Amino acid sequence: MRSQPIEAVGLRVVGLLGQLGAFARFVAAIGRAVVVRPYRFARLVAEVFDIGVRSLAIICASGGVVGAVLALQGYYMLVRFGAEDALGTMVGLILVLELGPVLTALLTTGRAASAMAAEIASMVTTEQLDGLRMMSVDPIDFVVAPKAVAMVLVMPMLSALFIVCGIAGGYLVGVELLGLDGGSYLTSLEQSIDFADDVAQSLLKALVFGALAGFIATYRGYTAEPTAAGVSAATTGTVVVASVSVLMANYVITALWRAYGPPGGV
Amino acid sequence: MQASPVRDLAVGLFVLVGLAAIAYLSLQVGGLSYKGPGGLRLIASFDQIGGLRTRAPVVIAGVKVGRVTSIQLDPDLRARVTLDLDASLDLDVETSAAIRTSGLLGDQFVSLEPGGEDLMLQSGDEIAITESALSLEGLIGRFIHNADLGDEEE
Repeated sequence: MRSQPIEAVGLRVVGLLGQLGAFARFVAAIGRAVVVRPYRFARLVAEVFDIGVRSLAIICASGGVVGAVLALQGYYMLVRFGAEDALGTMVGLILVLELGPVLTALLTTGRAASAMAAEIASMVTTEQLDGLRMMSVDPIDFVVAPKAVAMVLVMPMLSALFIVCGIAGGYLVGVELLGLDGGSYLTSLEQSIDFADDVAQSLLKALVFGALAGFIATYRGYTAEPTAAGVSAATTGTVVVASVSVLMANYVITALWRAYGPPGGV
Repeated sequence: MQASPVRDLAVGLFVLVGLAAIAYLSLQVGGLSYKGPGGLRLIASFDQIGGLRTRAPVVIAGVKVGRVTSIQLDPDLRARVTLDLDASLDLDVETSAAIRTSGLLGDQFVSLEPGGEDLMLQSGDEIAITESALSLEGLIGRFIHNADLGDEEE
């Protein structure tokens, strides 16, 4: 019997809700694996190496170039109003509030989260996770949790590095190339950026984005179909879903922060 | 998985560099380490504060010595601005406060100018002599008004 269109919509909604519930249970299982013994510290270090150290070059290079182009565009915009002294403020605020956390999350999603999903998915395909279970090793504890946690821990550091490289790139273009005063670039930047309002928001964003990328990548890998097509679906699915949810979460965090201010008040 | 000292070292270095970047943003750029608010809390009332905001810097002779902690409206409808300053400052009772702008369109800040009295301000005291923010629109409006009057007189 062919299902009715309304019935099909209902089935989809129920299916989506089921997915959401499964994802929440998956995250809870990771949380439990982190808290409960055994602690997989050596595994965590290996993952931090894979995600963090191997991303250093791409993060620093991208940060520097983004800062440089911000300075270049900003200079020609600001010079029209005779306000080129505000270049440091502009480059700094844009990097700290938006581009630092968001671009770092997108780059890391493309470089590390997709690889994470593919690795776990091919472990599912080749029944390595079942092998672990047979030896009564919890694959969530041994494989999944270190990857997800490493992503959460590494993201704020990568984001901060991106911002610092961006500020340096902006300095290079603004001061060395366009001839602004180096002191006024750095002073206007330091004076207009506040810890509680701006830097804390930036770090919170990076943490949330790290959690999104890490949990989505490991979930897609863990629940992948055990086929070659399943592996590729998990990888592309991770990049698409993680990138879109990072961008959406970015808006939500910004809106909440602007409405209610930093937690604890100024 | 085998232990790998080189990898562990690389991870250690990475964490160090990452934390250093966070520390730089927090302390240097974010100004978390600013030790200025040592407790000298002064109050100044202005007729007009223009675009002054909380956390705006307070300077003496161009040197930053504190920041604006709160802006409220007085019962007599004046702006009551609380300043948090370096406690080691000796400011006398004749000190005056003015709201100035850095550049033509820059941020506004409070500028203090010490007087010549022997009696010093204590925490919680009010600065008696204040100068309101200069309103560019107000100035231009007055200028145009005066120019019109001048034309009529001729």
